Amino acid sequence: MQTGATQTNLVQIQEKKILHTDVLIIGGGTAGCYAALTLREHSGCSIVIAEKANIKRSGCLAAGVNAINAYIVDGQKPEDYVNYAKRDADGIVREDLLLTMSEGLNRVTEKMERLGLVILKDENGKYVARGNRNIKINGENMKPLLAQAVEALPDVTILNRVNITDYIVADNTIQGAFGFSMEEPIAYEIRAKKVLCATGGAAGLYRPNNPGFSRHKMWYPPFNTGAGYAMGINSGAEMTTFEMRFIALRCKDTIAPTGTIAQGVGAKQVNAKGEVYETHYGLTTSERVYGTVMENLQGRGPCYLRTEGITAAQDESLKKAYLNMAPSQTLKWLESGKDPSEQNVEIEGTEPYIVGGHTASGYWVDTNRETTIHGLYAAGDVAGGCPQKYVTGAMVEGEIAAEHISEQLAKEAAQQEQPTPESETEQQELDQKAAEYERYLNKQQPLFTTEQLEEAMQKVMDNYAGGISTHYQFNEQQLALAEEKIRQLIELAEDLSASDMHELMFIYELKERLTVCLSVIAHLGARKETRWHSFAENLDYPEKSDEWLRYVNSKMENGKLQIIYRDLVGREERYEHRD
Amino acid sequence: MSIAIDQTLCKACGACEKVCPGSLIKQRADGIAYIKYPKDCWGCSSCIKECHFGAIALYLGADIGGMGSRMQVQSKGDELYWNLTRRDGSHEQIVINKKESNKY
Repeated sequence: MQTGATQTNLVQIQEKKILHTDVLIIGGGTAGCYAALTLREHSGCSIVIAEKANIKRSGCLAAGVNAINAYIVDGQKPEDYVNYAKRDADGIVREDLLLTMSEGLNRVTEKMERLGLVILKDENGKYVARGNRNIKINGENMKPLLAQAVEALPDVTILNRVNITDYIVADNTIQGAFGFSMEEPIAYEIRAKKVLCATGGAAGLYRPNNPGFSRHKMWYPPFNTGAGYAMGINSGAEMTTFEMRFIALRCKDTIAPTGTIAQGVGAKQVNAKGEVYETHYGLTTSERVYGTVMENLQGRGPCYLRTEGITAAQDESLKKAYLNMAPSQTLKWLESGKDPSEQNVEIEGTEPYIVGGHTASGYWVDTNRETTIHGLYAAGDVAGGCPQKYVTGAMVEGEIAAEHISEQLAKEAAQQEQPTPESETEQQELDQKAAEYERYLNKQQPLFTTEQLEEAMQKVMDNYAGGISTHYQFNEQQLALAEEKIRQLIELAEDLSASDMHELMFIYELKERLTVCLSVIAHLGARKETRWHSFAENLDYPEKSDEWLRYVNSKMENGKLQIIYRDLVGREERYEHRD
Repeated sequence: MSIAIDQTLCKACGACEKVCPGSLIKQRADGIAYIKYPKDCWGCSSCIKECHFGAIALYLGADIGGMGSRMQVQSKGDELYWNLTRRDGSHEQIVINKKESNKY
């Protein structure tokens, strides 16, 4: 991103819009769009979707997806999926969330097929499985299919290119949110009875694999900058398991997925000597990353997926599969003139991300996906406790939240009308928020640019909070330094300047990430064990202990992040917020 | 990671500007598209699929091993035609039927 360090033109917020709706969905990605479809099936409520890009291709599905990674295939039960996810996270999961998610995986898949998704079937009309949990699809156009269905719904207002920055909360009850258009100088106040946060997880906290020109050639969408987490943290919502970072094992340089090669053609992880090493370290997601780090540290890098010797037909299928989800990998094969059968695919770990669709970081929700703020729900990557949810799991969470929202709206409509704030109060609050936006738009001659502070943040996290350069490891002294330096950057960010609304969004994206960084640092320090290699490798506490079979949660109280430890929740209970 | 927009082929329709999940593509006053933040491109190829005039190409940055090839895609009926043009002018094409599932 570029920032207008020498810009002197002043931008004023020209218009302040106040909207009223029954339900506000923040983020029109996978979970948000699916929630809108479900709400319309169950309720006549008015819906506003606020999306910072355009829902057609926004979110994780922009390039497409190669398989449905979470599906209950024939012979498997939802409980089996819960067991798998629990094992992969070494016990730190919410089984109630995993089970309710797993029970809906096949239902949402069938709905996607009705919307036009191509799914491979056998001669009996059954979906063709890839292993125990996956089915084969052509998911290149999955997001446009979903977006098209949402655009066709009656009484749904889609606000594309509107960036939400803050919740409006009174008495720990959601009232709506503030934001701005990233195209025009318009500030928004959207008042809603219920809000669903579906903003995705956080990329860009750590220095990426390719920090130069290709800095955004990363695993997770670089446009998911942790807005939902940050808004929740700042409004005092309880968050969980931010210490379980996600690090993806990817094809070197293109950062394209490895699972398609590993599962598709059965390629093993091998070191430079050609030795299969994955079995030495274990096969969970974090162990596969850790093994690759260790092989490199011990002088046996680089590491590869062994594709040499696969057939020409397999070559062709791999190249096509990658065009449907990560075209850069096929581009790399084509321009190198060497097919995967002729050259093993080099692999590397990415920088760490915070993403509740893969690990368990995110909002602490009840079984209905309601957060600890009344009327605020979370679904998809922003919701915690429920790892390995992938695309279909995000849809199920959107569905579960939407069903509960519909029920609650119906109940509340039957009860007494809730007092709504005076329009004068609404106007004053929007004026205040617009003034905050204008402060960044009117800053003169700033010393630092947003890009510089972003790089500084990523360096701090990389060096002191377990990034790529420190092999994902850290100790308490390093974490203390990380916290001190991130706090300095938070102060410096107040002086940033934006010359247009897009640059204003860059500033808020940086602020969100700095807020998330502080939570990550606090959580990494609070779990005094090493349960997951690489994901949270605390060198002061290199062993794991049953004493730590509990959740590390956090909550901002009076400007300070408080750590809360909670007992594990089983699959047989329906969890409700009590304290 | 980024895209290159050939402004001599661009017809100023705005389709790419609309679809970019990072809102990185802008239009000049005359409607011709350009990528304002090339370093911020994710490489998702949404814009390339959207462009009916073959004006946008995907390429790999030199820092991730790019060797100067450009890749484009044209949608015709049920088929996607992915076309690669190497630095030396040689071509390669892969055709994908949208109705066919991935093998993997």
